Amino acid sequence: MLVYLLRRIAQSVFVALAMMVIVFFGIYMIGNPVDILISPDATPREIEETMARFGFDQPIHIQFFTFVGNALQGDLGRSFVHGESAVTLILHYMPATLELAALGLFFSILIGVPLGVYAGYKSDRWQGRAIMTGSIFGFSLPNFWVGMLLILIFAVELRWLPSTGRGDTVEVLGIRLSIFSENGLQYMILPALTLALYKASLVTRLARAGTQEALVQDYVKFARAKGVSETRILFVHVLKNIMIPIVTVLGLELGSMIAFAVVTETVFAWPGMGKLLIDSILTLDRPVIVAYLMMTVLIFIVINLVVDIVYTILDPRVRLTGGST
Amino acid sequence: MTVLQVEGLQTHFFTDAGVVKAVDGVDFSLDEGEVLGLVGESGSGKSVTGFSILRLVDPPGRVVGGHIMFRGQDLAQLPESEMRRLRGNRIAMIFQDPMMTLNPVLRIDTQMIEAVRAHERVSAKAARDRAISALAKVGIPSPAERLGAYPHQFSGGMRQRVAIAIALLNGPDLIVADEPTTALDVTIQSQILAEVQDLARDTGTALIWITHDLAVVAGLADRVAVMYAGRIVETGPTDAVLAGPDHPYSVGLLGSIPGHGQRGQRLAQIPGMAPNMADLPPGCAFAPRCFRADARCRAEAPEITVRGSGGRLRCHHPMSAGEVAT
Amino acid sequence: MTGMPAPEPSRGWSADSLPWLLAGLMGVSTLALVAGPGWSSLPARVLLLLGFIALAAHLLRGKGRQFFNGPVAYLAAGSLLLLVVLALFASEIAPQNPYDLRQLDIMDGRLPPGSTTFDGAMTYRLGTDEQGRDILSGILYGLRVSLSVAIVATLVAMAIGIVVGIYAAWAGGRTEAILMRLVDLQLSFPSILVALMLMAAFGRGLDKVVIALIIVQWAYYARTVRGTALSEARKEYIDAARGLGLPVRRIIFRHLLPNCIPPLLVISTVQIANTIVLESSLSFLGVGVPITRPSLGLLIANGYDYMLSGQYWMSMYPGVALLAIVASINLVGDRLRDTLNPRLRR
Ligand SMILES: Nc1ncnc2c1ncn2[C@@H]1O[C@H](COP(=O)(O)OP(=O)(O)OP(=O)(O)O)[C@@H](O)[C@H]1O
Ligand SMILES: [Mg+2]
Repeated sequence: MLVYLLRRIAQSVFVALAMMVIVFFGIYMIGNPVDILISPDATPREIEETMARFGFDQPIHIQFFTFVGNALQGDLGRSFVHGESAVTLILHYMPATLELAALGLFFSILIGVPLGVYAGYKSDRWQGRAIMTGSIFGFSLPNFWVGMLLILIFAVELRWLPSTGRGDTVEVLGIRLSIFSENGLQYMILPALTLALYKASLVTRLARAGTQEALVQDYVKFARAKGVSETRILFVHVLKNIMIPIVTVLGLELGSMIAFAVVTETVFAWPGMGKLLIDSILTLDRPVIVAYLMMTVLIFIVINLVVDIVYTILDPRVRLTGGST
Repeated sequence: MTVLQVEGLQTHFFTDAGVVKAVDGVDFSLDEGEVLGLVGESGSGKSVTGFSILRLVDPPGRVVGGHIMFRGQDLAQLPESEMRRLRGNRIAMIFQDPMMTLNPVLRIDTQMIEAVRAHERVSAKAARDRAISALAKVGIPSPAERLGAYPHQFSGGMRQRVAIAIALLNGPDLIVADEPTTALDVTIQSQILAEVQDLARDTGTALIWITHDLAVVAGLADRVAVMYAGRIVETGPTDAVLAGPDHPYSVGLLGSIPGHGQRGQRLAQIPGMAPNMADLPPGCAFAPRCFRADARCRAEAPEITVRGSGGRLRCHHPMSAGEVAT
Repeated sequence: MTGMPAPEPSRGWSADSLPWLLAGLMGVSTLALVAGPGWSSLPARVLLLLGFIALAAHLLRGKGRQFFNGPVAYLAAGSLLLLVVLALFASEIAPQNPYDLRQLDIMDGRLPPGSTTFDGAMTYRLGTDEQGRDILSGILYGLRVSLSVAIVATLVAMAIGIVVGIYAAWAGGRTEAILMRLVDLQLSFPSILVALMLMAAFGRGLDKVVIALIIVQWAYYARTVRGTALSEARKEYIDAARGLGLPVRRIIFRHLLPNCIPPLLVISTVQIANTIVLESSLSFLGVGVPITRPSLGLLIANGYDYMLSGQYWMSMYPGVALLAIVASINLVGDRLRDTLNPRLRR
């Protein structure tokens, strides 16, 4: 187990390094950042000074090592636009995105698992087929489209929920979060649902496949022979078995959830790091883009590790034998 | 007193390839404390008979005919909700493969306590106590501690004991045991057999013991029923059937047990292949493989005849009637 | 049996390489339409439509009944065909050319559905946008942009993926390991993020979107093709082909490809839908197609500002069109997967 964990960490470090190289050469070397740093009518001297200040006059490999060295110390440069350290900026916007993604993940389980289990239970009836066709629509609806529709229905027409923005926040351990304030939660519901829909379809399909597979197992028949009710069979015997793959997949999807938050946050004007990223792309604020990428890579790596550990906890067979496959 | 009386039971599978008549007119009855050995080669419909009694036949299978009278109620007609109340409570079942019958991700105590609480409103504590005593009864050491374990922490033999303990939890009137020892090695098999026999005797529980091993039946069952192609072809007191089988198929089955016939002789085999259940011959299903079969056997299925020993038989040319004149 | 080469499978060059040829042909003509003479050539478009229908018919040969197993399948296939026709012949069907600024009248801006021009010459069935552009025409042309971008990107990515995948499988050893590591690395990042970064680096533009969408997808195909190639290579008839002393090239083109392509086409159906969604998301975020060639996503984004004030039609109708095309492709893809390749499941 420990060996496995260490190997996983080593892999992660490799991925992080590879990403650094790609990000640096990809983002830093395309175009000339100086153009947006100084006014068009600057004198050549001014340009040169700025180049020197940011180290752009150095040869590429020197620039690269400076970048890596700074990155390892947690310094990814200063935002051209905000003037703040890019990492600080990202950290400031990150909690809003993370809580949105977390709530979205929760919604997708809440919606997907019961639907999937039911679809698996009724797999050759019309109910099961209808759910599966519905899940294809879930896959088909673009994120921003869903958000738009939800705003139109629940905010504009019905006026049940606020349309855009973040609402109240509560400070928890020095981090501003909406999820613990009633008003804030209202603002979160629509964007979180938007984010959840695609994953809910995924969960529905996974849960259906798992349920179908579990229902023909002997242990389900044995549970029936014990006189256990169908409800308990579905929601204890089957669910416990299918939750392992679902949690694994969803955990890995948390990363893509954070990525897709870019779209959702734009639709709902949600002040998270996804919106920050889009704004930075539109204003060519490179350090922030780089910082976002590197932070996302870090988050991905952490998520992958955590998923592995959670998986181990959920599956008693893996936990006790100590092996993992 | 009769616990179970099965009459003309028919269970068919409606597959794409046609109707498989897995059980097609099975009759038998069972008294309190009686052990019935149900034998027959693979695919003869033993398990389906067992599952039919509990109404647990998987689709596309369905009980399509007959009566399953259990303590005066016809299980074939019972609504599903009442059937659920009987399962695991008055009628319990033990499956063939102990590795598959317990849910791998639920602890033993969860799986035992739910079996009690599915039928009785008792506290978790009381259910737990009952689980501990059931585990002790089937010979699991330090049961209180073992309750917290997961199935994979038990060996195959131990798991089957747990499954048996679960079957015993609510003191059922009838246990259907579907080859419960086939997957186990011989020493454990005989231990479990002895234990089950004692339990049945002590509690008056009737037992249907499904097996294809006649040696097991010899030591355990009061009566034996031999199944072939979805029908019981011969039934009677164990000693009588084993000593003088009347159906040529029973003869073949007995002959294929090593050690039962004369030593040194070649192991007798029933010639031919097990029949295709989706396409049975018109007459006696065993006729194509039977050394005594004639034109009548191939044309007309034999009816049940009652034998002197209290047995019943489906055969035009029983062995005790002597060689058939040609 | 040993030593005796199994007889060569009866499906020869003609039957199984047809979809491959057709796909290539359609790719080329699509490319020609997008990059070359433009959409003005009617014969090229008719050819494309016929190719599309022939390809579908070929994929489903003998399995039509299985495919059309219910009303949903008919509906999906029908609406897909309709939408493809609408996109191909947008310039003939649309009441207005939305790219021609002379046809627009700013005075007709933001008219609700059903309004008519001042002189009554034309009815805006789905309303107009802020520049007085007919929404219906915008949708038809936008559908064309969305579809062609996605199809071209997917086909090119597929071609690259096939080459890389087969090369990796054939080369083996270190080459394969490095290529596949690269594939894994890229696939471990959500496609939207990769595409966003590429567009951030490239800037908006039709060609740039296509390139970004190709880069996003190729790895997926490379992985799939390598897997298929490895398993196909293990199959008997490849051994047989080797036993006959066939050159590598012939084995690839006559045995590997014909067997890799049909499942790939099934995958790529769904992949086209995904690509449409991805492109529309990019365009919605303002880093996709240019404003002069709006796709459905960009149309939605343009109308989005007015939606909260109740002028829903500018976003809503392009949104419905987007949903219709993506959903019908996905539904058709799902049926195709069930019919042709039950083991390839999401
Ligand atoms: N799900 C099913 N679908 C179709 N036919 C089935 C199904 N289950 C059982 N059968 C048919 O029912 C017949 C009897 O099966 P059964 O499992 O009762 O045999 P068995 O006597 O228990 O054999 P074994 O000793 O191998 O357990 C088989 O021949 C099989 O063809
Ligand atoms: Mg059986």
